[in-house]
Amino acid sequence: MDVAFTVNGEARRVDAAESTSLLEALRNHLGLMGTRYGCGQEQCGCCMVLVDGQPAYACTRELGTVADRQVMTVEGLGTPAKLHPLQRAFLDEQAGQCGYCLSGILISAKALLDRNPNPSRADVIAALDKHLCRCGAHQRILRAVERAAAALRAQETMTGRPA
Amino acid sequence: MSAPVLPTSLIENPRLDRWIKFQADRTVRIATGKVEMGQGIVTAIGQIAAEELDVPLHRVAVLSGNTAHGPDELYTTSSLSVDVSGGSVRLVCAEVRAKALERAALRLNCSRDELTVVDGRFLQNGAATGQDYWTVAAEIDLTQNVTGATPPKPVASYKVVGQSIPRVDLPAKMSGAAFVHDVLPADVLHARTLRQPNRGATLASLDEAAIRRAAKGELQVVREANFVAFVSPVESVAQAAALAAPLHAKWDNLRRLIPEQQEAAWLKGQPSDDRHIGAPPPSKETGATPSKNLVQATFSRPYIAHASMAPSCALAEFRDGHLTVRSHGQGMHPLRQNLAAALGLPIEAITCQHLHGAGCYGHNGADDAALDAALIALRIPGRCIRLQWRREEEFGFEPVGPAMLVTLHVELDARGRPTDWTTEVWSPTHVQRPGNGTGYLLAAEAMATPPPEVAPFDPTEQRGGGGTRNALPIYDVPAHRIVHHLVLRPPVRTSALRGLGALPNVFAIESLIDDLAARIGEDPVAYRLSILSEARARRLVELVAERADWKSRGPAGTGKGFGIGFARYKNRAAYAAVVAAVTVQETVKVDRIWCVADAGLVVNPDGARNQLEGGIVQAVSWTLKEQVRLDEQGIASRDWESYPILRFSEVPDMQVEFVDPAGNAALGVGECTVGPTAAAIGNAVNHALGVRIHDMPLTRERIMAALLKA
Repeated sequence: MDVAFTVNGEARRVDAAESTSLLEALRNHLGLMGTRYGCGQEQCGCCMVLVDGQPAYACTRELGTVADRQVMTVEGLGTPAKLHPLQRAFLDEQAGQCGYCLSGILISAKALLDRNPNPSRADVIAALDKHLCRCGAHQRILRAVERAAAALRAQETMTGRPA
Repeated sequence: MSAPVLPTSLIENPRLDRWIKFQADRTVRIATGKVEMGQGIVTAIGQIAAEELDVPLHRVAVLSGNTAHGPDELYTTSSLSVDVSGGSVRLVCAEVRAKALERAALRLNCSRDELTVVDGRFLQNGAATGQDYWTVAAEIDLTQNVTGATPPKPVASYKVVGQSIPRVDLPAKMSGAAFVHDVLPADVLHARTLRQPNRGATLASLDEAAIRRAAKGELQVVREANFVAFVSPVESVAQAAALAAPLHAKWDNLRRLIPEQQEAAWLKGQPSDDRHIGAPPPSKETGATPSKNLVQATFSRPYIAHASMAPSCALAEFRDGHLTVRSHGQGMHPLRQNLAAALGLPIEAITCQHLHGAGCYGHNGADDAALDAALIALRIPGRCIRLQWRREEEFGFEPVGPAMLVTLHVELDARGRPTDWTTEVWSPTHVQRPGNGTGYLLAAEAMATPPPEVAPFDPTEQRGGGGTRNALPIYDVPAHRIVHHLVLRPPVRTSALRGLGALPNVFAIESLIDDLAARIGEDPVAYRLSILSEARARRLVELVAERADWKSRGPAGTGKGFGIGFARYKNRAAYAAVVAAVTVQETVKVDRIWCVADAGLVVNPDGARNQLEGGIVQAVSWTLKEQVRLDEQGIASRDWESYPILRFSEVPDMQVEFVDPAGNAALGVGECTVGPTAAAIGNAVNHALGVRIHDMPLTRERIMAALLKA
């Protein structure tokens, strides 16, 4: 079965069973390894992606359900050479230790800032509370999201349009 | 002149070329046996090398955990990497720098004293010479052994060490492939296992046809005695087979556990190896017979999971008689030896390379996954096998941090100060790392002829101890001793978890110290200072009290609590003093943590601070929430719902700082905050409720029970 959808702005096709998880399709078929396996049960958030702008667990999401939809992974956020302000802020805060949870957290943070450019600390916590981090980098991560929000707002003020 | 004392890593790996190589691309490769687990060691080792060689950081390429080219430094454990591996790299680089300058001086026909090194280039009286490390590299004999005779730079001249250099590995981890889990060669085969439920269990029957029907795709079943793996070019096919397999497998010789075994209290009275360490038993005069000044209290911690975010993973390929394994284990040289022993291969036929994994905080399933992958690779030569543990497999089969029961027996003088102190510990072993512990790689026990059971032992006191780690108080006590009951047959496999016995021991000792202060109506900080003469330690207790505004601490029993915890990790690594502020209603909320630490020379202050913070958060999680649950078969808590950890909404605000070091030696920092944090929370809860809870975790049930009793 050939499933066509958009990943990080590019039209892609995956030839796999419709019941294949989106996680497996992204990693094993499209080579996008930033979306990670943590539990397979929507309990940890390591596999978070955006589907039509909404956070979705790729581990349980079936490939067939994203046909013709827009998927965004952490690779679509930015690269080490061209970092998204969120990634920049996470590096500035050194917000992470092992880093395994970070791509999912960055995705949820992106969804948050897209709908709320000026979140309170409570808003950030609420948006990230479904994510687990075992290294204990939480406070740095919260600061990084706030720092990114400020940077994006400043960028918008300067350019007059959303970043 | 006496011979310099070399770090153990240099004694074991004396040749310079095991550590350093100048490469054609004008980088210098620094090899270390220690591996990155999210603690930033690769960045710190790079800083040490850049400092000592005077080369820019971007010219240092750190090769970590490679059995073909790098040094054997055993496992990455016990907060020793900066001290032992960093100390080795420092001496090697100092010596190679001197050798390089000698060669350059010969070429330039000048005195060595005229030469300096700037960004890897050699200057003569400040002027360019065209010479650098790479022009003279071929003339330096790196097959020589390190002598340790070249003194490293003085600390005062450091420019790179001591700087908060950003982690080199984080950008990739925030944007794409970065972990061993992410290596996916084109012809890779995906593999999952069916785990032997317990050592000795035998697979009576396996309905392969039913498993194949469930797998719905191309599937190979690899079976060797009681080890079974499912292999497929399609990952979901292997996964579906593994999910179905337990329903179609019948096992004999299953063990039966009882519910009491999940509690630390069960350990008392079990068969144990008993040791007495320290002062002789108290004599008649000092209180062999119970005196009215004897205080006794028992504390406990349950079994704790490492609970890595990533279930373990390994890649193995057996080609032309050589096995190549890529793993996120904590020691590649020991893994290579253990694989050779388990597989019956000569050690030269195996290469292990470390690739990054998620944080492990001790001995988890990483090494076991490597043997799983290797067993399959030997049966399917020429193909790369990617073996991925499932989440429930990681929770269910990784070794767990041992439960511990700690009873303190303390004699007091007329002023309420301890005169005689006994810490009595019941604990299963803290180290079943194959090779230097008592265990085996898991699948070895599933073979037709499993290796013989080995009597458990614990890390020696010279290595900081296991159950006895931090069992002795740092306070002034005229006589103290440890009675160690190493429990021989725990219900689950146990091994190293961050801090080993330090967490329960510091929790116990610091809880009792607060209770001793309360007996005589003294403030806990003042009481500590009255029995703490070591200046370096006193300074931290005083400083954390100042930072937390300890004098604003209110009366007990209001629901708001303020508590302190203090220890020096292993009684010889970094010092950490912690104050916790909590609110207790039905559950405990840790509102804020203040922490000051003295870690001696800190290579990367922000990275080290990150370690302090991480240890605090992990300890809050252990103290409030965590306990491995058992059922008849083994570990029952196999997902994040049955094994909850601290979430974003529960993490306290933190104020964490290093004091200016009172000494230049680097004191291991990664584990120093866990014990003091648990103790500070315990004491804060005691202050909030006016009631002591002795058993971790401090759950709602325990709080309700304690309040009813009060």
